[in-house]
Amino acid sequence: MADDKVSRRDFITKSSIAASTAVTATGSAGVHAAEEHVQSDYAVRTKALVSVLTKKNLINPATMDAVVDYYENKVGPHIGARVVARSWRDPDYRQRLLADARAVAREDNLTGAQGTDLVAVENTPKVHNLVVCTLCSCYPWPLLGLPPSWYKDTAYRAQAVIDPRGVLRKFGLELGDDVEVRVWDSTAEIRYLVIPERPAGTEGMSEAELASLVTRDSMIGAEKLESRG
Amino acid sequence: MPTSHELANLPLLPRDDDGPVFSEPWHAQAFAVVVELIEAGNLTTEAWAEYLGAALKEAEDRGEYDTGQRYYHHWLTALERLVVENNLAAREDLSKEGEFIRDNDHHRRQHQLDGGH
Repeated sequence: MADDKVSRRDFITKSSIAASTAVTATGSAGVHAAEEHVQSDYAVRTKALVSVLTKKNLINPATMDAVVDYYENKVGPHIGARVVARSWRDPDYRQRLLADARAVAREDNLTGAQGTDLVAVENTPKVHNLVVCTLCSCYPWPLLGLPPSWYKDTAYRAQAVIDPRGVLRKFGLELGDDVEVRVWDSTAEIRYLVIPERPAGTEGMSEAELASLVTRDSMIGAEKLESRG
Repeated sequence: MPTSHELANLPLLPRDDDGPVFSEPWHAQAFAVVVELIEAGNLTTEAWAEYLGAALKEAEDRGEYDTGQRYYHHWLTALERLVVENNLAAREDLSKEGEFIRDNDHHRRQHQLDGGH
């Protein structure tokens, strides 16, 4: 069971971490121009890294292009959406997913290059799961592609832990007091996939139809899927 | 993304407009270098999380607000540090190569301005 796999250490409650953020005001035209100049310097540093590591045969520009292409085009939330849709229709699959998502992902060849553990958590009328990476941006790439920019933002990384209900409210999701909110801290070792609740009015839909309803953010726990019809 | 994305209206929060994942080509490059190093077994995901986490933490401690735009700056800083500290490349080689690329850029631009031939 998922409960056995996940230690309490990974389950963060509001009170256990008090992350802080310093929000300072920037954004004048001058700052913006300076930023652009600095950016080109970053580009040069990146090129230098690529060049030196290539000469040392540590990386291969050809496969690097493939990597970029892969993450930009081939991997994306549609992969995770298929997993979720199948879990809605197939109770056995759902059970296996909740018990050992990593094994299921491996069977379906969805693990990519990451040798990390994968845990699936299910949203129910009484429990809402939200995923964050308080350290950086650990994320189940093979299933969801690259993380959205807000996932990497300091404010989200801090606030999701301190005030998950407040964050969800800002996403337009108001949860009742009777709903328990669980926040999962994604790490280099363990990544999480939220299985959102199947929306009402989707009975009789095919797996592909269901998959088209599943959004990236619902699989991070930042959105609840709306009823159909 | 959530239909009512009010988080985007908070001060200094980058908007998620579902635009390109990488807003600059070098973001994608820097990202791919890390993936390459991990796939080739020259880097573990744990080590990478440590380096990136440390770079982000330092930026926060300096009071630098980490918007999505800044994110890859810290990513690159972490990557350079990791490469140097693990003897994958010397800091000096990186600087030299950077200068070389900058000079070439400069010459090429000058060449174009001169009418280039």
